[in-house]
Amino acid sequence: MKKKDGKFSLGSLGQLTIPLIAIALLVVFNLIRDPGFFSIGISHNSNGNAVLSGNIISIINGASELAILAMGMTLVTAACGGQDISVGAAAAIAGSVFVKVLKSGSGISGGTVILAFLCSCIVAMLFGCFNGTLVAVFKIQPMIATLILYTCGRSIAYWINGGATPTVTSSIVNGIGSFIPGIPIPTPVIIVVVMALLFKLLFHFTALRLFTQSVGINGSAARLNGIDARFIKLLSFIILGVCVSVSGCIGVSRLGLINHETLLLDIEMDTILAVAIGGNSLGGGKFKLSGSIIGAYVIQTLTITLYAMKVSSTDVKAYKAIVIILLVVIGSPVIKERFGRWISHLRQRRVKVSAKGAEEG
Amino acid sequence: MHEYLLTMRGIEKRFPGVLALNGVDFTLRSGEIHALMGENGAGKSTLIKVLTGVYQMDGGEIRLEGTPMVIRSPQDAQNKGISTVYQEITLCPNLTVAENIYIGRGKHPWVRQRDLEKRADEILSRLGIPARSTQLLGSCSLAVQQMVAIARAVDMNCKVLILDEPTSSLDDKEVKRLFDLMRDLKSKDVGIIFVTHFLDQVYEVSDRITVLRNGELVGEYLTEELPQIQLVSKMIGKELEELSNLGETEEKEIGKKEVFYEAKGLASSDALPFDFSIRKGEVNGFTGLLGSGRSESVRAIFGADKVTGGAVKIGGKPVKILRPVDAMKHGIGYLAEDRKRDGIIAELSVRENIILALQVMNGMFKPISRNESEAFADEYIKVLNIKTASRETPVGSLSGGNQQKVILARWLLTHPDYLILDEPTRGIDVGTKLEIQKLVLKLAEEGVSVTFISSEVEEMLRTCSRLIVMRDRHVVGELTGKDLNQTQVMKTIAGGEA
Amino acid sequence: MKTLFLKRKEPLNDTQLLMTITIAIFFIMYILAIFLLGGGFLHPQQIFDMLNDNASLIIVACGLSVVMIGGGIDISVGAVTSLVVMSCVLYLNKGGNIFVSLLIALGIGLAFGLVQGFLVSYLEIQPFIVTLAGMFFARGMTTILSVNPQKVSHEAFNDIREKRIVISWLGYTANNGARVPARIELGVVIAVVCVILVWILLKFLRLGRNIYAIGGNQQSALMLGINVKRTRFLSYIVSGLLSGIAGYVFMMHTGAGNATNAAGMEMNAIAAAIIGGTLLTGGVGNVIGTFFGTLSLTTIKKIVVSSGLNAPWWQSITTGGMLCFFILLQSVVLGRRSKKKQT
Repeated sequence: MKKKDGKFSLGSLGQLTIPLIAIALLVVFNLIRDPGFFSIGISHNSNGNAVLSGNIISIINGASELAILAMGMTLVTAACGGQDISVGAAAAIAGSVFVKVLKSGSGISGGTVILAFLCSCIVAMLFGCFNGTLVAVFKIQPMIATLILYTCGRSIAYWINGGATPTVTSSIVNGIGSFIPGIPIPTPVIIVVVMALLFKLLFHFTALRLFTQSVGINGSAARLNGIDARFIKLLSFIILGVCVSVSGCIGVSRLGLINHETLLLDIEMDTILAVAIGGNSLGGGKFKLSGSIIGAYVIQTLTITLYAMKVSSTDVKAYKAIVIILLVVIGSPVIKERFGRWISHLRQRRVKVSAKGAEEG
Repeated sequence: MHEYLLTMRGIEKRFPGVLALNGVDFTLRSGEIHALMGENGAGKSTLIKVLTGVYQMDGGEIRLEGTPMVIRSPQDAQNKGISTVYQEITLCPNLTVAENIYIGRGKHPWVRQRDLEKRADEILSRLGIPARSTQLLGSCSLAVQQMVAIARAVDMNCKVLILDEPTSSLDDKEVKRLFDLMRDLKSKDVGIIFVTHFLDQVYEVSDRITVLRNGELVGEYLTEELPQIQLVSKMIGKELEELSNLGETEEKEIGKKEVFYEAKGLASSDALPFDFSIRKGEVNGFTGLLGSGRSESVRAIFGADKVTGGAVKIGGKPVKILRPVDAMKHGIGYLAEDRKRDGIIAELSVRENIILALQVMNGMFKPISRNESEAFADEYIKVLNIKTASRETPVGSLSGGNQQKVILARWLLTHPDYLILDEPTRGIDVGTKLEIQKLVLKLAEEGVSVTFISSEVEEMLRTCSRLIVMRDRHVVGELTGKDLNQTQVMKTIAGGEA
Repeated sequence: MKTLFLKRKEPLNDTQLLMTITIAIFFIMYILAIFLLGGGFLHPQQIFDMLNDNASLIIVACGLSVVMIGGGIDISVGAVTSLVVMSCVLYLNKGGNIFVSLLIALGIGLAFGLVQGFLVSYLEIQPFIVTLAGMFFARGMTTILSVNPQKVSHEAFNDIREKRIVISWLGYTANNGARVPARIELGVVIAVVCVILVWILLKFLRLGRNIYAIGGNQQSALMLGINVKRTRFLSYIVSGLLSGIAGYVFMMHTGAGNATNAAGMEMNAIAAAIIGGTLLTGGVGNVIGTFFGTLSLTTIKKIVVSSGLNAPWWQSITTGGMLCFFILLQSVVLGRRSKKKQT
């Protein structure tokens, strides 16, 4: 898992400490509970392909949508100092468009899938634009601005579907949601890696990271240094739109149907949580994408662990809440400060004792 | 009655990695105005914050009228008779004036609004503050807000009144009214601690001066026994002969050089139309009181506010500067007045802050590589003598003067043809002030045009060869050559009749 | 309300301005509905029905407004309401005492207020995350208590539940000629009392003014000697308690507990508060506005239904549209004001 992320060096751990500790604790806990929890096997799925299976795979696979959304959300959080709570609803819209385009033709070929994805991408980016305009131009807080789409997004998705929950049967779509024949790794995982690489390239070949952080930390100063803060904020929402459409399409492909009510339900909350667990300030400014990605896997590991402990899917939330609170309490500034003071107190005492010893000697 | 109203002995305060106060003593008698002096980073504000309960001291003792006491919170300090008026307005803009005077006091769970408003109106009129008690604080001018803060302290019958840079946003008239108020309180046996950067004001109103340096006490002096020049040398810790002379600029030469920037009827949402021009290698300045429109004018040049009219030529060619980025592309740099709000990106590193403007000019798609940016940062840290732990230190943790140098480095890195410096020396120590002045003159020698704004006329006289004087948002005069002296500047600012 | 403003010479402040806009738009909307759709909107019962159905939402939105004015957010309110309903229903069905069930409701609300308030104010954890966890916890606990819907079978409680305040002169004559008197549920009375109490708290109590102060500028509030942490802590307790009461009112309205009770109520409450003129940035807002915000939200839904847009998506799409309208309007109005102030 740590290797998979592969984006941090030991020197820059800092804000990643807590999510990494969390994941390590969960791993240790599971190993004690069930030594075989993390065994990876190869099994054959219904199509007869050899594919990887096991809890690790289902964690990594299941967190895909979350991880992708968390990347986009990190950017929005950093630039705007607020969060988009409409990602789940927007993903439902994107998924609906995806299905709508797929079903509009006679058959489903590779071309139609790409076309459908592009259409859903454009729609999601447009909705991102809408949110972004409210935030960047009208200076409305992100949470309030995106409350609008949160309220009506799933209904819009329902409307696009014409009041039904259409299904798609296609080997290509199935391949996106589960496995491509011949590749034992779940396709969503590959998509996450691709998205992470795309983000890395984006930050490498543009100054987006510097500009986003500047805007998020001090918008006024950024403006006086010639940065177009509005554009940066808008851009962050558009990029999130792409993430939304990707995860929406993955979600649809997994099930082979679009259900506007249940597709990626409550994922906005998990996404924001992933960003926060990753050590990013929800108030904007400096950010670490790798933190959010690890955060997403922390949440998914927790969920799968609870499932493995036979906690029912509806009850999981309560246990999850307790773990979240523990995590944020450990990471809270007050606790950190208290802890730091305690450490320095100990250190001082040691210095004093040694100084005394020296004097006496 | 005890001899001393307030005594602080051996006060110690530690922050991670820094000893901000190291065994500082401070004594306040009742009925005196006691100036607390020191450069930025000397520990003045830390001492004040310890006294007002914002920080908890790590060692030492505070006695109020002889009784040792622990001050736990700002509220605790208030209850014990220690009131503070801070430099930044620390009132709530969304509440009324009356509420701001009375909130956070008393124990009664109910608020008797009418009663409070009546009492507030009384005290406002007694102190001559032009505000209504029912007015929303946010709708008052900054100066009035400051006075409301003082009214609050006065109404609390405080024994110790701390004024932390109270005059920085007031004009002369208001300062005078404030000083009258201070003397009035002094006659009522209130002990006043007065923190300011303006030396003249210290000599005008204070009885005693305590000087801090680097978190340590330098000494306590009677104001009349300490000449101004000695005070300065005690504050900065060395005799600075350089202070008096910086070398003369030769106006004649500049007069021959070509005009770099020229504006006719330039106006913005905040500035009235004005004409302005600057030659290559010229240093000129805008002067006038705070609020006279000097900052707004230079902001208009840079396109920082919405430009509403005017014709601008750069190097003789007409150009349009509507946004900061336009100005930057034409080789103009602008160091903003408010360093915290408009200058530094506090949480980013020194390196990132330095390359920011250059990166913007290069554009989004040509990122400066890590190696390159490190080289740039190292170069300017060395050239400007920026004191920082490393180039990756967050700029917010640097002292004010070093932050200012980082922003200067940011603009120097873009190799501007024209640099606008709005109050580059405000709130920074005397040593750095001098360095910045020298830098300005050096830049001019290299052919860079500089517009320099400072609240301290003396500083401008030393660096500028031409001064544009503003009053009430209008340009009222332009001084060069022989007219460049303090009296003439004051006369023009005051309206010529003096 | 208007005369109250006019007595003072001061121009409307932001809170009053936004509230006036909300109230005005509510009345315009309602009058338009009467003219265009007529019928049902003319009956006072229409308004009473809106109140009957939304009493718990009004209470929750009031609590949320208090937290929002203090510069925080509480998204656990809906889930806490749901947990209260489920716990009380189960307790009553075991033959419990009505008075004790009320205490349970208040106790659960208070517990959430205490814990969340402590984490937010004393440990300085981001309120969104804390109350998000609170929401997860409450929702999870609800399903742990019971996945299946539970109907209240407690007779004494059902007697109280069935009680209506009957005002015959406000009634109307139905198509068959029978006289139908106006009926108001007890929950509405509780809701109105809550609104008035919170209004008094915010307007006349020191705590209320302190909440405005910390929402306006936390740093200043601290310097003014306000105990910021305690004030914030108390604002969450108010919100928690009101969620508890709301849960009880909800149970009185539906008479059953269900895991999906009050689903999405937190967002409806936020929407109501925003429409009512409460800013998420804090320091601005009023519960009277929130009250009318809730009514506006309900009215638009009723209008959608009455005008024959029966497809299931229209209600939330129009709600979203209205939210958008209000948010933009507020942004423009406040933006203009701050510009005026500068010049």
